Amino acid sequence: MDQVLLTRTLFGSSMAFHIIFATLGVGVTLMILFAEIMRWIRKDDDYGIMAKRWTKGFAILLGVAIPSGTIVGVMLSLLWPGFMEIVGKVIAVPFQIEIFAFFLEAVFMSIYIYAADRLSNVMRVISVALVAFGASSSAYLINIAHSWMNTPRGFQLTDGQVTDVDPWAAVMNPSMQYTSKHVLATAYMTGAFVLVSIAAYKLLRKTNSDHERAYHKKGLMLTLVVALIASLYTATNGHDTAKMLHNEMPLKLAAAEGLFETQANAPLAIMGIPDPETGTIIGGIEIPGMLSWLATGTTEGVVQGLNDFPREEWPPLFVHTLFNIMVGIGFSLIGIAGIAIAWSVLFRGRDFPAWLLLILVTTGPLSMLAIEMGWIFSCTGRQPWTIYGIQSTTDAATQSGNIGTLFILFMALYVMLLVLTGLVLKYYFSKNPLHEDLTKMKVQVLD
Amino acid sequence: MSEVYIAILIIWVFLFVYAIAGSIDFGAGFWAMFYQTSKETQASQIANRYLSPSWEVTNVFLVLLVIALVGFFPGAAFYLGTLMILPVSLVLILLAIRSAFMVYSFTVKKYTRTLTVISGLTGLLIPALMVSILPVSIGGFIASSGERHFILFNEVLTSPAVYTHIGFGLATELFLSALLLSDYAREAGNEEVYGIYRKNAIVLGPVTLLFAVSALLTLIPEAPWMVETMMDIWYLFALSLAAAVIGYSTLWWKSDKTNLGRPRIGVLLIILQFGLASFGYGLSHMPYILYPDLTVYEAFTDPVMFRWLLYGYGGGLAILIPAFIVFWRLFMKDKRYLQINQEEK
Ligand code: HDD
Ligand code: HEM
Ligand code: HEM
Repeated sequence: MDQVLLTRTLFGSSMAFHIIFATLGVGVTLMILFAEIMRWIRKDDDYGIMAKRWTKGFAILLGVAIPSGTIVGVMLSLLWPGFMEIVGKVIAVPFQIEIFAFFLEAVFMSIYIYAADRLSNVMRVISVALVAFGASSSAYLINIAHSWMNTPRGFQLTDGQVTDVDPWAAVMNPSMQYTSKHVLATAYMTGAFVLVSIAAYKLLRKTNSDHERAYHKKGLMLTLVVALIASLYTATNGHDTAKMLHNEMPLKLAAAEGLFETQANAPLAIMGIPDPETGTIIGGIEIPGMLSWLATGTTEGVVQGLNDFPREEWPPLFVHTLFNIMVGIGFSLIGIAGIAIAWSVLFRGRDFPAWLLLILVTTGPLSMLAIEMGWIFSCTGRQPWTIYGIQSTTDAATQSGNIGTLFILFMALYVMLLVLTGLVLKYYFSKNPLHEDLTKMKVQVLD
Repeated sequence: MSEVYIAILIIWVFLFVYAIAGSIDFGAGFWAMFYQTSKETQASQIANRYLSPSWEVTNVFLVLLVIALVGFFPGAAFYLGTLMILPVSLVLILLAIRSAFMVYSFTVKKYTRTLTVISGLTGLLIPALMVSILPVSIGGFIASSGERHFILFNEVLTSPAVYTHIGFGLATELFLSALLLSDYAREAGNEEVYGIYRKNAIVLGPVTLLFAVSALLTLIPEAPWMVETMMDIWYLFALSLAAAVIGYSTLWWKSDKTNLGRPRIGVLLIILQFGLASFGYGLSHMPYILYPDLTVYEAFTDPVMFRWLLYGYGGGLAILIPAFIVFWRLFMKDKRYLQINQEEK
């Protein structure tokens, strides 16, 4: 593999690893906050136990989330020194404020975990709210930097020198508000669906006591409602994001949709493989006029195709598949969550049937898959540019050798941490089963 | 003061804070490991009591340092990133293992011992490795061919300066953490553990000083360009030495507790000592970031960005300082947190 490709793979894999923990960091903290609020409103200690158990799981994930973030943060300078030199001059502000969001999150996370017994109810909710706020802000801020890579503003590059710096214009770049909201919505959705999966899995067991079943049902309903709201928002906001691509990065949209010819009444291609030689999509379904309608609001609208752009600026065309998977999962999950909620509204109190629970178990992994697909689509769809239209990936990449060795070392690290973290979570929750927490609570109430 | 100097001063402050906080953090991890099997003492529990809530916050200081460097001195990020890719990657890998295994060890009681040994030992290596990067930045170890610069690892590995720096990193880490934990143990009212860490600090103090001096002496032949400034600001180093000696002597000051020593004053004086010495070192290093290839002027950010970053740090600190005060009260002062129940042992 050539040097730059190896560097890209190393960085991409590191991000793909970090995003698992980062997304849960954003999504699960929000759910913990909701559980704390429910406990407060409903005066129901089951929600307190829920918050406590989710927090424990989250605290274990933090052991990997934080170093993985530190790795990618430092890796940016190690692997993309040319890129970071421009970042430092133009878009350093969001990175810097992000640090304060990290501090907020870390400080209040410790307070929430290790001082919970010394805090009043109000203080406990405030501290977990600040944790969720810190996590969400850090995701928002890092995505300002990411959106700027796609639609760079706020500087001029003349002969390799950065001039006319306007940090505010860089922050308020045209794609910022769309993608940052999309990222937050998808993180909330994923956090909620992962917890949906766990609750549904537990409900599938036959050996639950009544109290355990009631507990898991409460958890399932709370997470399902949040998941449905977040996934509905994800779809509408994702649509806006696609319209933004139409205006700002038409080439990326063309690659995402596998559209070769610029045309009005452009069809929407679902799945299939774009073939650059023939300029057609092999297989797949085409819905006439749909793409024009989605991108411009009327079927008459003109959508630019790949052939309008020089071939060497095309991103790899497999991004079409990534995009389809992301969107497909998005719509499926809305359907699944909708059906499950409709079921419980229509048949009040009746248990979910096993087939529905089985489907619900898949939602967490599916939304995480959509996150990965969306990100690889977004970063690979920007190729061959790192800063779109301004700095090519080759110019951004490091000149130093040894990337191959590092690649092997880091991959070994990630695999080890994934396996061990899974085992540790499993160990912890089988040593501390729910029924023990529930009995302990009864004892406390009796006291 | 010029903008460039303000910026490098901020970087120095962050570096200084992280050097202290990181040393204590990794050192505490080592002590938690070292005493975990001993039945008679709670030294290990006290170290973990300190670590559990603080390691995340400490880690953010590391990220802060990196991000501040990119923002204020993008040119340095470019240069250092390219040059230091191997050692820094190694630090990152160790850091990941250390944090993850520490959290695992708190969670999986059955294997706590093994997991703590892994996190304790990896943590021990991290500051040593980080400090060994310092001598590389003073010149003589970097070669270039055309546009490409690279570290001469053979020269690095045969240079005494590198080894004295590694020793200095290790000794500082263990000394600072022992001193801080002695103070922490006293705050917790645990005189027995206080005695243990006090003894460690007594042994490690002179060792640290010895390494500091030998690091300086082995550095001089590698970096004659630094010596002149060092001579000019000799008083900083002299003050630093004085602070070290007085700080060390606090371990024998009279107190109203069973054991001798006033560790709180000791910690403050040693931090002062550290600050003076590293400030002196930093001044002597000016104006170079990497000798002789890169100065702070060349690496400096855009002036507009500089102003924005200053506002950012101002605003951020205004929010954070209250948060840190709450944190301090809850974990460093509150007896309910500090005291260890008998059943936890
Ligand atoms: C649970 C995950 C998930 C789901 C269900 C969706 N997305 Fe998404 N999408 C992401 C997760 C994601 C992401 C991982 O968060 C991305 C990557 C980069 C970004 O800003 O967000 C993303 C990027 C992204 C982009 C590219 C932005 C860019 O490159 O600048 C578009 C156009 C869409 N999405 C559109 C949609 C549409 C129309 C969806 C229909 C339901 C959809 N997404 C569902
Ligand atoms: C879209 C993607 C990202 C999201 C949503 C995200 C979110 C998060 C979150 C929530 C955390 C806190 C860990 C936790 O509490 O679980 C975190 C940690 C971290 N992230 Fe990311 N991040 C993203 C991408 C990045 C990138 C590209 C960088 C590199 C600049 C980065 C740098 C960091 C750092 C340095 C930390 C550790 C901070 C610490 O020491 O506490 N993140 N990230
Ligand atoms: C968190 C989820 C993310 C994933 C899974 C991801 C994935 C990837 C992948 C696969 C690549 C290689 C692209 C290619 O060469 O084909 C890449 C490149 C890159 N990404 Fe992302 N990315 C993520 C988020 C981010 C964010 C938030 C930022 C910026 C702040 C970012 C900055 C970069 C940079 C600088 C490169 C290298 C230059 C380039 O290839 O253009 N990434 N990423």
